[in-house]
Amino acid sequence: MSTAGPAAGRRAVITGIGVVAPGGVGREAFWRLLTEGRTATRRLSLFDPALFRSQVAAEVDFDPVAAGLEAREIRRMDRAAQFAVVSAREALADSGVDLSAVAPERIAVGLGSAVGCTMGLEEEYKILSDSGKDWLVDHTYGVPHLYGYMVPSTLAVEVAWAAGAEGPVSLVSTGCTSGIDAVAHAVQLIEEGTADVALAGATDAPISPISAACFDAIRATTSHNDDPEHASRPFDRDRAGFVLGEGSAVLVLEEKSAAEARGAHVYGEIVGSAGRSNAHHMTGLKADGREMAEAIRVALDQARLDPTAVSYINAHGSGTKQNDRHETAAFKRSLGSHAYDIPVSSIKSMIGHSLGAIGSIEVAACALALDRQVVPPTANLHNPDPDCDLDYVPLTAREHRTDVVLTVGSGFGGFQSAMVLARPGVVAHERS
Amino acid sequence: MPTEDSPPVITGIGVTAPTGIGVEAHWAAVLAGKSGIDRITRFDPTPYPVTLAGEVSGFSADDAVPSRLVPQTDHWTHLALAASEAALADARVDPAALPEYEMAVVTASSSGGTEFGQHEMAALYQHEPEWVGAYQSIAWFYAATTGQLSIRHKMRGPCGVLCGEQAGGLDAIGQARRLTRRGARLVVTGGTDASLCPYGVTAQISTGRLSTGTDPARAYLPFDRAAAGHLPGEGGAILVLESAASAAERGVTQPYGSVLGYAAGFDPAPGSGRPPALRRTIGQALADAGLTAGDIDVVFADGSGTPAEDLAEARAISAVFGPYGVPVTAPKVLTGRLYGGGAPLDVATALLALRDGVVPHTAGVESLAPGCDIDLVREAPRSAPLRRALVLARGHGGFNAALVLAR
Repeated sequence: MSTAGPAAGRRAVITGIGVVAPGGVGREAFWRLLTEGRTATRRLSLFDPALFRSQVAAEVDFDPVAAGLEAREIRRMDRAAQFAVVSAREALADSGVDLSAVAPERIAVGLGSAVGCTMGLEEEYKILSDSGKDWLVDHTYGVPHLYGYMVPSTLAVEVAWAAGAEGPVSLVSTGCTSGIDAVAHAVQLIEEGTADVALAGATDAPISPISAACFDAIRATTSHNDDPEHASRPFDRDRAGFVLGEGSAVLVLEEKSAAEARGAHVYGEIVGSAGRSNAHHMTGLKADGREMAEAIRVALDQARLDPTAVSYINAHGSGTKQNDRHETAAFKRSLGSHAYDIPVSSIKSMIGHSLGAIGSIEVAACALALDRQVVPPTANLHNPDPDCDLDYVPLTAREHRTDVVLTVGSGFGGFQSAMVLARPGVVAHERS
Repeated sequence: MPTEDSPPVITGIGVTAPTGIGVEAHWAAVLAGKSGIDRITRFDPTPYPVTLAGEVSGFSADDAVPSRLVPQTDHWTHLALAASEAALADARVDPAALPEYEMAVVTASSSGGTEFGQHEMAALYQHEPEWVGAYQSIAWFYAATTGQLSIRHKMRGPCGVLCGEQAGGLDAIGQARRLTRRGARLVVTGGTDASLCPYGVTAQISTGRLSTGTDPARAYLPFDRAAAGHLPGEGGAILVLESAASAAERGVTQPYGSVLGYAAGFDPAPGSGRPPALRRTIGQALADAGLTAGDIDVVFADGSGTPAEDLAEARAISAVFGPYGVPVTAPKVLTGRLYGGGAPLDVATALLALRDGVVPHTAGVESLAPGCDIDLVREAPRSAPLRRALVLARGHGGFNAALVLAR
């Protein structure tokens, strides 16, 4: 066993997809929403938002019993854990991989989350502190799984138990790039030979008062309270911040030759990924997109692909002015004039921004785009920002030959991540 | 000259721990068996069954952290910012002189900015949403420390954060090693944690694994007959890990040591009847290092302090090394468990042990619990020629990690 760079010829492919997203539980409901260009943003209902600046959210209508969770699981799991386990089970069923034929120590988990079990932490805090009155919170009211809420690693524990994984299990928490970074982490484990199967994805359930209040405080979330269905408007000149979302996506990754040997359906291969940091500001972005461009360049370089090979870009597209300009610049900087020829879209226009989870939900969307040869649109894009002059696939999904897709993420901390996926067989050459 | 395959080296260490601020202060306290455990002062622990912890006494964020960052970040990040300055100074690294994309930051965090978060939730629930401050969005989340370190030191390479409770620190170092094999020349890694606020400690109490002892010298005694849980602590260590080629290029002739091997494994789901993963994980780390059990001169144990977990760890060590087959120690009795900061501090201590040829003792442990057939170094440090050390860590829920270091 070695943890060196990619061992000879080992590649990671996606054989299963599970999604819990606003607008519907399950992979196919998610894909229908995207390809129909519908939005799942609405007036926030998980708590009363009357006193908040932003009152819009992209919520999942999630019934844990209907989603197959048992009573004990529901009792101990935070909403984010419930999303992750339901997604993981859907992905495993979709993949059809026979885990009993895989040694448990060869099964890994790479799960991302930006804010962990924040809902559970906040709800319990409210009780233990008597609604904030007691700094010395009353420990006698603590539930047995309170510590499980404090440590986000619990989310990875639950997925590991759901899959019977006994190999490396990681919770990756790099803010809003967690979803891409966690998948990239799991890909590394397969490529280096540490694991043969990995559950990879991310989950977040941040629609709670403390998260809403902290995004209010920095005016990051939308002020379009009067029109919640059209509140997430990436690349549109009438954008006004992101819409807080929630959800999860978990993928089954397998070593390519093993997946092929068992005749698995392969959605796509992850052929490159890279992260760079701007070392500039925890929340601010420079307009030049320099570090994101570098991440894109390195990810393509790993795949030994030229910018002209990219047939679709899944943008970060959060719907803040600084993001939309930053990444538009990054695409031009890294892809040159070809950036103008590539369809670019933001699914956050439909399902909001679920912080760490969204990166993996977007990887799932990319895998489905490769599989179905359709690219999802950017909803609500009626009046493009003149400074955003690429083809953002406004309003309507597009049938499109999709061989290689690029997805990017940008997050607090200055983190910029890029991942390149390819349709099976497209990248047959050696890569670095 | 180092080649591309040479293992990465650790060239700098920064410590902010209950045993001391600074590498040598920490090491002197460890060798003297001087405990950093005492009655909690960060809040009044009187109402709680747990009243002892390892605090970083004498630490002042106003002195150790740039003034602009003090109100923007949690105590946990303050401790890491100070430790990272010290580690880079120790390594004599000038980040401005190195390629920006070849420097990375990977830290462990177990629980994020817990104290900051409690303050902001108190503001929210005592008042209204607009009482929540702008810095909550960047101070509470688990990536705050890595982000701040990246910005502070202008490191623009691939950054990461791994959460695996007490095992996360070894996972971070393992990931840092991976990055040096994928183009990074230098990685600031390790971690800190600081959940010594009422809500943080209350959450820890919920596990039933904390010691309620009131004698600082007797409350946390892993592998002892009297073991009755662990104590929490704050702080940790930040390390500078470099590719061997980079260190040589900078003229480093005496790094603290090299990282030879790493592995991680996860315990089976409860009720499966399958064996825990620690023994196998140790074997994988040794194989990864190209070594066998006989090559290891000292083991830094996880030392849970919960009898069943102590027994499981002792059995895993005995199974690999034979009963009483290798010196074992757990100097974390002096600090409490530091969660994300715990394993990095153990790695720092192990590197110092390798440097000076001395195994620090596990202060306070007197008689081993039945079945713990390990050569636990007690009473006083033990001098021995040391070449290689194994560091173990386990995290709540089933995480196991093992790291092999060489002088």
